[in-house]
Amino acid sequence: MTEPSDPLISIRDVSKRFGTFKAVDGVSLDIRRGEFFSLLGASGSGKTTLLRMLAGFEAVSDGRIVIDGQAMEEVPPHFRPINMVFQNYAIFPHLNVRDNIAYGLRKFRPTPAQREAMVDEMLDLIKLPGYGNRRAHELSGGQRQRVALARALILKPKVLLLDEPLGALDKQLREQMQLELRLLQQKLGITFVLVTHDQEEALTLSDRIAVMSKGAVIQVDTPTGLYERPKNRVIAGFIGNMNFFDATPSSTGSPQVDVQGLGLVAVNGRVRARSDGATTLIAIRPEKLALHSEAPVTGGVAGVVQALQYLGGRHMVHVTLAGRDTPVAVALQGGQADVTLTPAPGQPVWISWKDDAVLVLDAD
Amino acid sequence: MSGRSHSHRPNRGLQAYAALFMVFLYGPILIIPLFSFVDALYVRFPIEALTFRWYGELWRREPVIDALGNSLYVAAIVSVVSTAIGVFAAKAIARNRVPGTGAIVTFMMLPLVVPGIIFAVAILIVLNRMGVALSLYTVMAGHLVVCLPFAIWSLLPRFEGFDPSMEEASGDLGENGWWTFWRVTFPIMAPGIAASLLMTFTVSFDEFIMAFFLSGTQQTLPIFVWGQLRFPSQFPSILALSTLILAASFATVFLSLWIGRIGLPKAATGEIPK
Amino acid sequence: MSGANAGTGAVISARPATAGRLSRLMFRHEVLRGYTMLAPALVIMVLAILLPFVLMIVMSFWDQVGFDFDTTPTLQNYREIAEKPIYSALLLRSLWVSGIATLATVLVCYPMAYFVAFHVHRHKMLWLIIITLPFWTSYLMRIFSWKVILGYEGVINSGLMSIGLIDAPLDFLIYSPGAVTLTLAHTWAAFALLPIYVSLEKIDRSVLEAAADLGDSPLVRFFRITLPLSMPGVIAAVFLMFIPTVGDYVTPTLVGGPDGAMIGNLLQVQFGGVNNWPMGAAIAVVMVLAIAVVGLCFLALTALFRRWAT
Ligand SMILES: Nc1ncnc2c1ncn2[C@@H]1O[C@H](COP(=O)(O)OP(=O)(O)OP(=O)(O)O)[C@@H](O)[C@H]1O
Ligand SMILES: [Mg+2]
Repeated sequence: MTEPSDPLISIRDVSKRFGTFKAVDGVSLDIRRGEFFSLLGASGSGKTTLLRMLAGFEAVSDGRIVIDGQAMEEVPPHFRPINMVFQNYAIFPHLNVRDNIAYGLRKFRPTPAQREAMVDEMLDLIKLPGYGNRRAHELSGGQRQRVALARALILKPKVLLLDEPLGALDKQLREQMQLELRLLQQKLGITFVLVTHDQEEALTLSDRIAVMSKGAVIQVDTPTGLYERPKNRVIAGFIGNMNFFDATPSSTGSPQVDVQGLGLVAVNGRVRARSDGATTLIAIRPEKLALHSEAPVTGGVAGVVQALQYLGGRHMVHVTLAGRDTPVAVALQGGQADVTLTPAPGQPVWISWKDDAVLVLDAD
Repeated sequence: MSGRSHSHRPNRGLQAYAALFMVFLYGPILIIPLFSFVDALYVRFPIEALTFRWYGELWRREPVIDALGNSLYVAAIVSVVSTAIGVFAAKAIARNRVPGTGAIVTFMMLPLVVPGIIFAVAILIVLNRMGVALSLYTVMAGHLVVCLPFAIWSLLPRFEGFDPSMEEASGDLGENGWWTFWRVTFPIMAPGIAASLLMTFTVSFDEFIMAFFLSGTQQTLPIFVWGQLRFPSQFPSILALSTLILAASFATVFLSLWIGRIGLPKAATGEIPK
Repeated sequence: MSGANAGTGAVISARPATAGRLSRLMFRHEVLRGYTMLAPALVIMVLAILLPFVLMIVMSFWDQVGFDFDTTPTLQNYREIAEKPIYSALLLRSLWVSGIATLATVLVCYPMAYFVAFHVHRHKMLWLIIITLPFWTSYLMRIFSWKVILGYEGVINSGLMSIGLIDAPLDFLIYSPGAVTLTLAHTWAAFALLPIYVSLEKIDRSVLEAAADLGDSPLVRFFRITLPLSMPGVIAAVFLMFIPTVGDYVTPTLVGGPDGAMIGNLLQVQFGGVNNWPMGAAIAVVMVLAIAVVGLCFLALTALFRRWAT
């Protein structure tokens, strides 16, 4: 992947220690201008901590953060060209919506008319015109979220940070707000950095995603990239179905691995050198497997249909292979030629795949 | 012990006990206002006639007015200073991950438990060694020591219940610490600050021991009252004065406790921080 | 942003990009920020607690010569305290009187705290305020009112005489250790009430229900669950009341008489009429030590008792 010459945010070997505990551990990332970037990871993986270091609420223990060419080590939050939407929105309870939105304008000394115009513009943008005089406790969760957005966007930040902004909303509202967030980001062209632990949210919203685990970034890629080239089991399991296989390198330096149930599988040297006999993990998407009712000319593996699952528009066939406990899932695409009828349980079948369908994963 | 059940059934025995307790608590205090209206030089039964005379007499005495003025002056300054210092201390204790917080809090709460006379005497010694003459200002210094724990005590639960992301949001929106304090912290904390002001004002206004050791020629009201207790002829007017003080300080403290507890989580009410 | 932006966009020009050196330093070190905010309070505490204490200890080894001090270190004051019976007698009496007063107050306050914690359901806050209200105010007045009540010609005596129950005033009411104990109990009750109340309020109600469910009668439940769980509050109450009352001298002065005098009176006269400050400092030091010893013994006892009980 080619790195752009001038990332808006450049994070280099950044760590954060709380006492002896490393909440963020040697993270390096580049975030580009105008990008919708997500930090995805399980609870406690350090997403919030990383975001708070970007915003300046936590000082970095090690490493460097550069935003728009300016090193951030000693820049307190109020001098950073960044604004944030807090997880709990942090709407000031003693101010109404208008004053909340206008909060950050004081420094710029707008005339009252300018101020009103800017606030009105924001109220329109978040589709809450006429709510200006309400207090925080008179707003619903979704409305608070919009006010928090407007309060940050009115300052025209270079980067908008969002810490699980949709976490507190119910499913329907969340999906609606996801769409609105994406549209807003495209309209304004501001760089968004979103923290979430919801894979689907990250995949539908983002241009690129950094997957975090235990304080470290495991993989940075586009949603397609994460789907097509996951680096480990967790990421591979994020979306869609996946067949996982344990494999043993057949002999050192060989281009093949010995896969439980599949026999020798070509991996084109993608298995890194390991201590002898160690197992490695490979994965194949169900739709990358082909199903045959007769033995194919080359390289098919025989099995028996165990169950059939209708998924609306397509079928998933679960095939039992000799020497393997879990059945392998095979997705039947509509136009698959070799299968004349939908297979019935008990029927003998063969599966095959192309070499590039085989994913080799990091051992955890 | 009559407290046997935690059930919601009213417990007659316990209710009677509570009533008795209230009589024990307020009875002795109410004796003073009662006899301040009695037209006799001595506090004793039977009561023969009622009068407002003692109250009228009070205002014709200059020392009373002077002492009152001194006390108000001391209490006003002490309450503002101790609350201001208490706000920052409570904020740091509740917010910043400062090592040794527990020890510092214990240290600051010491004046609440250590006998006042010890502090008074110790401070007196320091002032003497430093060659500082006793005055209302030395009384203020003593009162500051007494009032600071009260200020922190009433402010700390407020800060603990105060969402730190409010201040962070302000910083994020471009305000520095000073403006964040005035635009966010102060307005949200206002009830706690008001409670602390009222509380420390009353504590200072009523304080006796520090003032006893540390005041110079100018007396505070409790010191004045103390002096008058020796003269039986002054008794009735002291009763009248005490009644006024009681009424005023009850009202202030009630107000401060009431304001101070508004919007606080239940567990925080009445807790003595350690 | 849309076209409406054109006019207002100019308002937000480039943000100031630099912070002063101090604010950068503060930003990098949260601990420094914390201590800066604590600094005024700490300075006061150090100047008004630590320094005076140290100086007081130093002075307790001096000697008073007329209106001046002889600063050569001597154990003279402590020797006198150890040798003359008046000191140990008053010290012991102080410990005894406030010990009794503390015990009585805790016993009297426990049911009241229990009542508010478990039997008051509406206006709990109001109840709490009302039972603690007197203690925030008018220390002097509260003690004074007992003088008025217990006095030779006071409310009780004159009341009883006027209804003919007694012919002559009862002279044991005032100016006795008993009067001091009673007055202390009344004056400091809040210090016992509040911690007990808080510890009772903290008890998880479902624990009590579980005990009832497991077959404990209310009385058994009280002794097996409620009382042990509220012990921290009781211990706090004992400390909060015992420590300050040992040094009280206003109460003994007003209602104690010669038989009710306490160590605080002795301490006070060293700085007043007797004018022997080093002696006073030594008495204060001894008093603090005595309180500490009694406090530690009490803690050890409760710890032992707990181990024995479980
Ligand atoms: N102020 C702090 N002091 C000590 N440890 C902290 C602090 N803040 C965070 N941590 C620890 O750092 C780790 C990462 O926390 P962080 O809040 O960044 O996780 P997260 O990925 O945002 O999780 P979540 O999805 O639950 O919000 C956690 O183990 C947390 O306990
Ligand atoms: Mg988080």
